[in-house]
Amino acid sequence: MPTSTLTAFLPELVLLAGALALFMTTLGQSGARQARTVALFTSFAAILAAAACLGQKTTLFNHAYTVDLFSQVLKLIFACGFTLILLLSGDLQDIRADVKAEYYLFLTISVCGLTMLVSCVDIITLVVALEVSAFPLYLMVPMRCERAGRRSQMESAIKYMMFGIAANGIMFFGLSYLFGLTGTTSLPSLLPRLQPVIHSPAAIAGLAMTFCGLYYKLAVFPFHFWTPDVYQGASNETAGLIASLPKLGGVAVLVRFVSLASPDNPALVVMLTILAAGSMFYGNLIALMQKDFKRLLGFSSIAHAGYALIGFVALDEMGYSAALYYIVGYLLMVLACFVVICKVSRDGSNVAIEELAGLHRRAPLLAVTLAVGVFALAGVPPFVGFMGKLSLLTAALHKGHLALVIIAMVNAAIAIYYYLGVVREAWFRDPGDLPPIRLDWPTRALCILLIGGILALGVAPARFLDAISTSVAQMHAAPPAGAPALSSR
Amino acid sequence: MKFFTDNVLSLLIFSPLAAAAVAAFIKREELLRWWTLAATTILAVFSLTLYWNFDPGTHLFQFKEQARWISIPAMNMNINYSLGVDGISLLLVLLTTLMMPLCVLASWRYIQARVKEFMICLLIMETAMIGVFCALDFILFFVFWEAMLIPMALLIGIWGGPRKIYAALKFFIYTMAGSVFLLVAIIALYTQRHTFYIPDLMGRPYSPAFQYWVFLAFFISFAIKVPMFPFHTWLPAAHVEAPTAGSVLLASVLLKMGAYGFLRFSLPITPEATRFFTPYVLGLSVVAIIYGGLTALAQSDLKKLVAYSSVAHMGFATLGIFALNQIGVEGALLVMINHGVTTGALFIVVGIIYERLHTRDLGLASGLGKAMPIFAAFAGVFALSSLAFPGTNSFIGEFLVMSGGFAVSKLMMVCVVPGVVLAAAYMLRMLQKVAYGGTRNPDHSQVKDLCGREILTLAPLLVFVFWIGLHPEPFTRVMQASVQHLLAQSTGEPGSGTAVALAMKSEGRGPKSETRNPKSEGNPKSEIRNQTVAPLPAPAPRGALAPTIELPGGQDHRVSHSDFGLRISFGFRPSDFGFRGTPATFVPLHNASSPR
Repeated sequence: MPTSTLTAFLPELVLLAGALALFMTTLGQSGARQARTVALFTSFAAILAAAACLGQKTTLFNHAYTVDLFSQVLKLIFACGFTLILLLSGDLQDIRADVKAEYYLFLTISVCGLTMLVSCVDIITLVVALEVSAFPLYLMVPMRCERAGRRSQMESAIKYMMFGIAANGIMFFGLSYLFGLTGTTSLPSLLPRLQPVIHSPAAIAGLAMTFCGLYYKLAVFPFHFWTPDVYQGASNETAGLIASLPKLGGVAVLVRFVSLASPDNPALVVMLTILAAGSMFYGNLIALMQKDFKRLLGFSSIAHAGYALIGFVALDEMGYSAALYYIVGYLLMVLACFVVICKVSRDGSNVAIEELAGLHRRAPLLAVTLAVGVFALAGVPPFVGFMGKLSLLTAALHKGHLALVIIAMVNAAIAIYYYLGVVREAWFRDPGDLPPIRLDWPTRALCILLIGGILALGVAPARFLDAISTSVAQMHAAPPAGAPALSSR
Repeated sequence: MKFFTDNVLSLLIFSPLAAAAVAAFIKREELLRWWTLAATTILAVFSLTLYWNFDPGTHLFQFKEQARWISIPAMNMNINYSLGVDGISLLLVLLTTLMMPLCVLASWRYIQARVKEFMICLLIMETAMIGVFCALDFILFFVFWEAMLIPMALLIGIWGGPRKIYAALKFFIYTMAGSVFLLVAIIALYTQRHTFYIPDLMGRPYSPAFQYWVFLAFFISFAIKVPMFPFHTWLPAAHVEAPTAGSVLLASVLLKMGAYGFLRFSLPITPEATRFFTPYVLGLSVVAIIYGGLTALAQSDLKKLVAYSSVAHMGFATLGIFALNQIGVEGALLVMINHGVTTGALFIVVGIIYERLHTRDLGLASGLGKAMPIFAAFAGVFALSSLAFPGTNSFIGEFLVMSGGFAVSKLMMVCVVPGVVLAAAYMLRMLQKVAYGGTRNPDHSQVKDLCGREILTLAPLLVFVFWIGLHPEPFTRVMQASVQHLLAQSTGEPGSGTAVALAMKSEGRGPKSETRNPKSEGNPKSEIRNQTVAPLPAPAPRGALAPTIELPGGQDHRVSHSDFGLRISFGFRPSDFGFRGTPATFVPLHNASSPR
């Protein structure tokens, strides 16, 4: 392997090395503290590696793995997200003591899978990366401590896994259609071969079924059934992870697949429109009734997946960039909410919205973080949620999807109600006899990082959006050059 | 010095934010109050330089600033940081900056808990409010428009009365639901013109159907903010529960934003739709005036009374705006300023009562005048001003609005008259109770009269009541050119074009597109429009159809209408009762009044 190849693959290697080191720690008795240090160190190293490899551009492993600006930007975001998740998890108060070290191991492997996922341009590697990112999550859900008489984490784990595997099954079935139509598993050469038959029912069915696996990751209606239960059943930290990073991975892969159908495919557009509208309405309407904060976030995540799909309805680079930008913003916003959940919950149990009462007295920084996160989710400027919605809706309206835009805005109006319900508890209610919350330094740093990120991405998104849209444009421009060489496979 | 003159609007917008940042590090409450007072007062004085340096001879935006904000070529997105004020926004900016120190003074003793957060909220509000009136980029405007919601909801929800949470949420949800449609309209306009720069969006030939939808989206958003009649229900709740400073800001500034939105966006961007919907909006305005008056008459809660009188006053503002003639729009702008001054003062008055009696009940407050003579004098003047007593500010505004309304429909103005009578009824009822009461008043002998701080809070407003009431020229002077241009854009009438063209020659700073007269673009649509729109010859015979104003200055169209040298004569014809012809045939008044 030449050195250039090695450097291009550096972020993945760092994560793999970290996972290996973590595997070693799990063998001994020493346990959690050591594993946490290793994981944190790995995450910092991954950020450095990803930043260093930002400009790399090559293909690896017989053209199954492409390293371009698109993948490198996302890898950097994954590495940053990994650090945020680790800071968020603290010392894993609700994970069984005997498996804490393993928790870090699985976390690292899952992030590693996601990091590889964004580079995969071959169906086979893509499926492998998808599973590498998903299976550790299936295992992390039931690692939660058992509470007397309740084993909801087991139920959630089973649900998460069953739905996941079923969705993946459908996805593989769809991929087999695509393979059957084109005779190749490599996406760059699949694209030109699919174009002549793209309007045939087989191709549309193939693509539609392929999307199913990704819809599951994003929790798009009607593939959302696992979401509220898993959010509720998994420990707060795990739910924070499931709510954030895999969605970005799902959107990234969706960008690659939906662009197969570009620039125009009425059937897919109708399908995406219906799913987007369904997700938004379903998520927002049911969220109105929630008492548990995590369940509320679960339903709101369904709605936000719907918003993200609006970008795909446009079927152009502007829409894909907007969707990516939105979901990166969503990652920060939802993490801000999960920081609050993790810290408000005293023993790691779930947090009812009422338990947030008087948060502005009990922990002002947490209250500000919550307000910023929730208002950003509601799409109030100057936060990233607003800019994200703006770019999504602009992209959709450029292509004339006025009805969808209006549906989205009606949903934004509905959503305000339940988001305000959260703010009401935290800011307008008296704490009663709820105790104040002490924050340690990593948590404070995390809060300030998240607030800063949400504000910065909302007020000055130019550089970030520019990077994303250039990378998406490059990704689309690249394939034809490599395609002939791949056809021999 | 150059830095100050070049960035005067940015300084105005962001210095409150800087002051808020400093306030975050001040520990002592008394010092916090002084700091906020000093900051807002300095800013108010500083903002006066806007007035001195403002050139009233042009309709163009002045003190302009422009910088790239978010520019993503790959996504075809270009959002700028553009600021500027014209005759329409100038007075509103000044109103905002001048009300702020009074708000701080009014909450000096009223706010005892969490002073720091309160002051920070006030200062953030100021940033957002000034920003709304100065923004020339649609996204920037929207950011400020929304940024105001959070601190305002906090002001109501934390420092408010017993039902504060309900009121704060209702306020937030109503306004946000409205602005959702505003955002759709902004994006829709962007897809048409590929710019968020507001002056570039004005006076463009959009298709009528597109205009109707955009107008409706604007309308929902602004009508909620004004608030117009069916959308007003959040207002009494918010006003009643908000602390004094919150009520004052709500009445003085926030309500103006809806009316400002109509003037800045609805009229010049969707002129055809404006003319189509005018009768309906006018109808709603009349309903608001009558309904607000009747409801105010029935209130026993002082704050509710003032709140419903706001609904009626803002009805006058929208009436004047949609009269679509020079007098009406100028009157509407004056009504907006007057309402800010008078109603703001009345809320402070109610706050003063509440601080002493811990009730806002009219019955329990009766006879206060005996114990508080100075207070009664202040309250009396403001109440008279609120009912548009001649010699006070509201008289000028409502008078201009009604003369503008007469040009549109006399029948409509006949319907408005009971509203004016109602205003006298509810205000005098309140004044009578508070100042004199009945034979069996509650005992107020322990109540102290106004202290120096409270007099200092009310005195500036008193000055404005009489200043605008007796000599409104300095206020109307700055708005004339802009209003004229606005009407030229929104009615497409030929007469106002000349003045606009003259003004444009003298001013070369604006972007090219701004200096383009909608008429001179030569597109087929606007020509057709002009043919259908002008059934009357431009130099209408004096006193024939429209109310004619004879100005002492003769040729000079910039002489104030309210100089008390003016004579107004109406030429009645039986067929004039009701709307004249199609709603698209309003004749701007100055056409008839000043033949050039």
